[in-house]
Amino acid sequence: MSDISSANSFSIDGQRIAFTPGQTILEAALAAGVYIPHLCHHPELTPHGSCKLCTVVVNGRNGSACTQKAMPGIEVENNSPALNDRRRVLLQMLFVEGNHFCPGCEKSGNCQLQALAYDLEMLTPHFRHAFPARPVDTTHPDVWLDLNRCVMCELCVRASRDLDGKSVFMLAGRGAESRIVVNSPSGLLGDSELSIDDRAAHVCPVGAILPKRVGYAVPIGQRQFDAAPISRQVDYLARRHIPIVPVTEELVK
Amino acid sequence: MFELETAAHPETLRRVAIDPVTRVEGHGKVTLLLDQDNKIHQVRLHIVEFRGFEVFIEGRPYWEVPVTVQRLCGICPVSHQLAAVKAMDLIAGYGQLTATAEKLRRLLHYGQIVQSHAVHFYHLASPDLLLGFDSDLTRRNIVGVALDFPEIAKQGVLLRKFGQEVIRHVAGKRVHGTGAIPGGVNKALSVAERDEMARDIDQMIVWTQGAIDMVRRLHETNPGFYNVFGDTPASMMGLVRADGALDFYHGALRAVDAAGRTIFDQVDYADYQQVLQEEIKPWSYMKFPHIRSLGADDGWYKVGPLARVQAASYLATPLAEAERLKMLALGNGKPVHGTLVYHWARLIEILHAAEMIRDLLHDNDILGHDLMADRGTRRPEAVGVIEAPRGTLFHHYRVNEDDQVTYCNLIVSTTNNNQAMNESIRTVARQYLDGRELTEGLLNHIECAIRAYDPCLSCATHALGKMPMTVELVDADGALVDRMSRGG
Repeated sequence: MSDISSANSFSIDGQRIAFTPGQTILEAALAAGVYIPHLCHHPELTPHGSCKLCTVVVNGRNGSACTQKAMPGIEVENNSPALNDRRRVLLQMLFVEGNHFCPGCEKSGNCQLQALAYDLEMLTPHFRHAFPARPVDTTHPDVWLDLNRCVMCELCVRASRDLDGKSVFMLAGRGAESRIVVNSPSGLLGDSELSIDDRAAHVCPVGAILPKRVGYAVPIGQRQFDAAPISRQVDYLARRHIPIVPVTEELVK
Repeated sequence: MFELETAAHPETLRRVAIDPVTRVEGHGKVTLLLDQDNKIHQVRLHIVEFRGFEVFIEGRPYWEVPVTVQRLCGICPVSHQLAAVKAMDLIAGYGQLTATAEKLRRLLHYGQIVQSHAVHFYHLASPDLLLGFDSDLTRRNIVGVALDFPEIAKQGVLLRKFGQEVIRHVAGKRVHGTGAIPGGVNKALSVAERDEMARDIDQMIVWTQGAIDMVRRLHETNPGFYNVFGDTPASMMGLVRADGALDFYHGALRAVDAAGRTIFDQVDYADYQQVLQEEIKPWSYMKFPHIRSLGADDGWYKVGPLARVQAASYLATPLAEAERLKMLALGNGKPVHGTLVYHWARLIEILHAAEMIRDLLHDNDILGHDLMADRGTRRPEAVGVIEAPRGTLFHHYRVNEDDQVTYCNLIVSTTNNNQAMNESIRTVARQYLDGRELTEGLLNHIECAIRAYDPCLSCATHALGKMPMTVELVDADGALVDRMSRGG
């Protein structure tokens, strides 16, 4: 630890973390092997700061670790009971705002929302389920869009715009009326420019955007979060890539 | 016969509303209808149908359905997974599965038969059989069996566990795993997993033979009771191979009448609607299927262990077939219809499934890695049928070009047995109803008749003591004469 100078380091829960200028607190933490819960962040996309799960206390003030730059000498509180309690409440609100039925969802075991809920020991939804009526768009030949499971992290919006150069997805509406909409003449995914090869088709952290006809191709025990809780998969979180080649049942063979 | 649907003064009849929460918890409700002479004329077992699954999977992607429909049940979810996936294989365009995939699915299914039947016999039914129908309610449960017959209780628990472990090795979880997916299976079996099952299978076969012996001796102690109780002659149906052997996983439909004569045979199950018709009655959520050629009044039939081991020509494993022949000897050449003989047949099926598991464990195909078939032409509609532990199970789907389910029809085993259960209860009620009063003894006997069929409501019963049940006695004018109820 002696090579970490105070000029390029800060502390998280008392542990010294080195950073390179320009890194966010979350990026520096993940690079150093320190876990901060997060949902709308992806290492290949620009920060967004919408899910607020990565909220930490920086020198006594709340801030999103994914958007706030690391600065020399700052004191960051992260893995504390008080913060984790609030993160659990955020998760509970995300669950009741949508229609998340893990038992039948093919994203189970690979779902970041589910993994976070397990890791933060969310045992009940606590709040009353909103059971919103949200559409399912099945018109695309290769991609299934189920907004029941959307958490509006806008990863698909960013991936389509910044990586695919297409802007297929956009967040529309305000407040409780917010929703993901599709950029096409009919508003349907089948009429959009989305291709199964697009990053936007594979970036969804939950089960809202799924390649069709894959389903449960990966057996229980071999899914991403079967091996270890998400909090112990920091290396994966720091280095993961959005798959370019679609996952298909051919993988099973 | 007194018919509620044609009652002269229906306005005098009591309207029965079954609270949905009660239904989910598995309360049984029985109405006994009397004639002018206060004799039992009709019986209605009110059971809940399946909580709207047929509707709420509409619009869902077809590949999701085999996993979703498992949630119909926590005791035999694999049956729903396999029936659904057999339909979805065809809809997705897969024809012949690879040998490895089909054998792993069979292994999964036989494991399911073992664990589900073990739950039913040891945990749910054995307290009645070993401790007595009228024994102390507070002790008539698996804990009471464990106190008085510790070795049998232990074997029951471990037999069930073995079946669950088979399921876990193939499907990834003991309950509600994945495993079968359209076109094959998602997981290869490792040598270590195979060896773990092979280590225990012979013990399971020995224990099952012991249990069959026990039930046979029980019947011999009082044949006038065990063989006659709830005697319900009826047509019987099951899946058979081309050579007539019972096949739990795949085959064609065969039905025989109460005397054992063939009604239909080798019917492709995709054509089930040509031989079966479903009827709706106003007083039940459950449909009443019947054999078309025999009509609504006479076409009802039985499924499940006692029905299918008799509808089939034989069982294709030697130990189970030998036991089947011993059981059939009860009938002196005629089919056996005593309701309690279901338990005996159920144990023979555990033996049959265990022998099939043993054979598969010696078959190297189950260790293969060629798990998925080649995809061909899709179909918009398909039927999947399987012999679930409780009997023939039909799943029928239509899927649109966007991969959404647009139609689903399920005929679950308990629905197939619907009228037969009513008839068994009627027989028992006639035997044990004395006058116009309901007694605890009558309730016990009705409960045992219902349980023998292992209907889906049994999952909420007995493990914690007694079947939550309400019995109402209604006279010919529709007036409530007596009512007995007990909670769960």
